[in-house]
Amino acid sequence: MANSLKLPPGPVGTVGQRSVTWVRKNLFNSWFNSLLTLLSIAFVLWIVPPIIEWAFVNSTLTPSIDACRAVTGACWGFINANLRLILFGVYPYDEQWRPLLAMIVLFGVIIASLAGVKYPRMQKLIIPMWVVGIPVIAILMWGGMLGLTYVQNSSWGGLPLTLILSTIGIVFAFPLGLLLALGRQSNMPAIKTLSVVYIEVIRGVPLITVLFMASVMFPLFLPDGVSIDKLLRAQIGIILFTAAYLAEVFRGGLQAVPRGQFEAGDSLGLSYWQSMRLIILPQALRLVIPPTVNSFISMLKDTTLVVIIGLFDLLGAVKLALRSDPAWTRYYVEGYVFAAAIFFLICYSMGRYSAYLEKELRKGERR
Amino acid sequence: MTFPSDNDENSKSNGPAFLQLEKVGKKFGSHTVLDNVSLSLDRGQTMAIIGPSAAGKSVLLKCLAGIYPVDQGNILINGQDISEKQPADQGHWTDKIGMLFQQNALFDSLPIWQNVCFQLIENGTLKRKDARDKAVDLLGLVGLDPDSSKLRPSDLSGGMQKRVGIARAIANDPEILLLDNPTAGLDPVLSNHIENMIETIAKKRMTTVITVTNDMEIARNRYDYLTMMHEGRVYWSGSRNQVETAQNPHLTQMLSGSSQGPIAMRTQNRGQHLVA
Repeated sequence: MANSLKLPPGPVGTVGQRSVTWVRKNLFNSWFNSLLTLLSIAFVLWIVPPIIEWAFVNSTLTPSIDACRAVTGACWGFINANLRLILFGVYPYDEQWRPLLAMIVLFGVIIASLAGVKYPRMQKLIIPMWVVGIPVIAILMWGGMLGLTYVQNSSWGGLPLTLILSTIGIVFAFPLGLLLALGRQSNMPAIKTLSVVYIEVIRGVPLITVLFMASVMFPLFLPDGVSIDKLLRAQIGIILFTAAYLAEVFRGGLQAVPRGQFEAGDSLGLSYWQSMRLIILPQALRLVIPPTVNSFISMLKDTTLVVIIGLFDLLGAVKLALRSDPAWTRYYVEGYVFAAAIFFLICYSMGRYSAYLEKELRKGERR
Repeated sequence: MTFPSDNDENSKSNGPAFLQLEKVGKKFGSHTVLDNVSLSLDRGQTMAIIGPSAAGKSVLLKCLAGIYPVDQGNILINGQDISEKQPADQGHWTDKIGMLFQQNALFDSLPIWQNVCFQLIENGTLKRKDARDKAVDLLGLVGLDPDSSKLRPSDLSGGMQKRVGIARAIANDPEILLLDNPTAGLDPVLSNHIENMIETIAKKRMTTVITVTNDMEIARNRYDYLTMMHEGRVYWSGSRNQVETAQNPHLTQMLSGSSQGPIAMRTQNRGQHLVA
């Protein structure tokens, strides 16, 4: 061919030469960027090696005080020795397979529900799974039937408590928040006022106060002999608190749906609830995925506050382990790092799922 | 102000008309958007509504569709008053009304075929599979190919969205079809095609059609009746034949598109210095 196409000039030079070019172009392209690059390198060199030395090189996993005293780094032996206390709190030692199994069931149900986005066939199973799953978890945790010994819920603790409080919290706060958001937008004055007052009062109060009220003040108003379970009160407090925040998140989403969508629903003869369910909410909720997950993450972390009313969640159980033997008390950093790692893992997973969900639901609407 | 309802040729028909508006008024707060609007149309008749922007044309359609309750007067369909009922109570009427919105108002969360047959699926008339076939047929009617049925509204161009909106409006074989600017943003060939289709629907299925349009050629050549609105009032209404001889300054200005005449932009002298 006379007029053969000329290929655009490809990358020139070896990989090494190209890397040098890249570094010059991106990291040292001005005196200010060069300074920032050098400062960053210095910072990393200053901070990272000591952490690695502490956490890995000079650490020990041996679950004995003597081994820990012998090393200069982290005493993971503390975690190793108290793992079951940290994970399960004061739940009877011989029965701790039950909360473990309950957690596995809980994770199974959660993961199956989340997979519903990708596999529409799973969607029909979501509600039945929860209807079966929650009683199974309850039976495992409480016992008192099927040959399982009864365990008071004041002895529940550790990771299962954290997961149960936050999962049940999400499952109930979500619909309640939705109703409050719709209520606040309602034309009916009584419902609107009630929603506004509820949201503003709850948002105006710290969670710790709500929990304290639920645990200390609320029983004073009950007649003698009537008592509502402490865990249940804490759970309800968390649900009521989170719902108020979620309501405002959802309201933001509802306001972002164009008015024409409501009118189109009306013109097709849809009732208010049909319009909401089929047209408005699918759009509104998709818009508010990031702030909704934000609320969930913040709620998960807030469950650590139940420690003030005498329940030992994951963080509370770490403190319990530190206090269990005075010799361990000085290894609190290891304990908190371990708890932080578990919290990070859960919260980070939620964040990743949120990003995945957004991407998955946005596939239909490239703009 | 003379109100030329005497011009109305169609009021001569036997008995009350199929669709009747009697002195309809609508306010948003203290702002009057519809004032004393009276119109009537029989089955199979078509009417174009023209008028400057903010004349109340779209609001009138939304009142007819039952989206906005009217404040005064009555809307009678087949002799039955729908004006006082809330949209939720008149479910059986919305079944008979098809509407195209000015901004289309397609449902972003649903694929095109579900958008088109939404009502038929929801009220149980059609199964999902049949609804899909019907949607493909309806899309063919407005010149869209079957592949587009799987896409989402945001994947389509403005003109295609408009046609999906029209397909949705006619999906339930309405007795009254309300179209808010059905040909805005479409090329002349497609406009012509859509207008032919509207005409066919009106004459074959005896559907009453009311179209709001800014295309004066279409308004005066394609519809049985022409209504001119301005500031919430009907300034002129009459049959196609009467348009030629009409001595109405508002109508004449609107049809010619002249900037000189009784329809004045209130603020037209302000800001002149910006272009001077």
